Amino acid sequence: MVRTLLVRGMLCGILAAVVAFAVAWLIGEPPLERAIGFEAHAEHGAAAAAAAGAPGAAAEPAEVFSRTVQSTVGLMTGLVVLGAAVGGLFGLAFALAQGRLGAAGPRAAAAWLAVAGFVVLVLVPQLKYPAAPPAVGSAETIGPRTALYFILLGMSVLVAVAALGLGRRLVARIGAWNAALAGLGAYMAAMALVMHALPSLGEVPEAFPAAVLWDFRVASLATQAALWAALGLAFGALTERSAARRPIER
Amino acid sequence: MSDVVIPSTGAAAVPALPAIPLREIVPWAVLAGLLALLAVWFVGAEQGALALFDGNVVHEFVHDARHLLGFPCH
Repeated sequence: MVRTLLVRGMLCGILAAVVAFAVAWLIGEPPLERAIGFEAHAEHGAAAAAAAGAPGAAAEPAEVFSRTVQSTVGLMTGLVVLGAAVGGLFGLAFALAQGRLGAAGPRAAAAWLAVAGFVVLVLVPQLKYPAAPPAVGSAETIGPRTALYFILLGMSVLVAVAALGLGRRLVARIGAWNAALAGLGAYMAAMALVMHALPSLGEVPEAFPAAVLWDFRVASLATQAALWAALGLAFGALTERSAARRPIER
Repeated sequence: MSDVVIPSTGAAAVPALPAIPLREIVPWAVLAGLLALLAVWFVGAEQGALALFDGNVVHEFVHDARHLLGFPCH
């Protein structure tokens, strides 16, 4: 049964990556392309200034993959690998949740799990450290930026697990509705404190177009939302179908 | 494993699924969980702040996905 859920999750994750690719390609690539244009322009200016001071000092970095490859095969590969991984973890989380968290049917349970995954792993971390297009964030700070992002991601997961435990413990005393609200409130309050304690980044270059930054961040959230929505809905539909066929399958 | 049958309340109703014992989940969770985290690492972080392999081939190939998924890229 665990094996079935794991494989189903990975397959649904790959399917979801294809949906996410359509979103990323349609609305994510245009602002990303404009950000690269800004980056090249800024670098060109800097290189020209450096070359004027010391001739031959600045050299163009060699291109490993063309923009066409990066925006098609590369984008798809990245999304599929992440989709399969997230889908597998989703299947395992579903295996853990089924029969333990309320009496929702497979479709509703998978949909709620996808909503929770999106909020805990994407939305909350991105409220503090939103997606950065090329040219936003300097190369020198990639270390601390990566560390802070993964610290916030890890804290979000830990706090969510703790809040879930709190909610489950309260069900018998105050009822399912109030316990769910208490768990949700505890998660929000704790994450507000964590986000307040972590430093802000704000490394957007002064001349970077605000509209491009907004479009890029909306597209980033839309890509993730498409991934999680497709994953949860496909997983729920397949699990419902197999449960209807074999109600006592283990 | 279990022979508990949950009676269906109607033709279309799907019964709530039974809980799976933790000892059945843990081995899968440990193995698949570690592999999944490794995959996320390669898409989200390899050759960014830290690198398992020299060069920037992985970084450049998944460049657009890394940016659009919200991972710090460069």
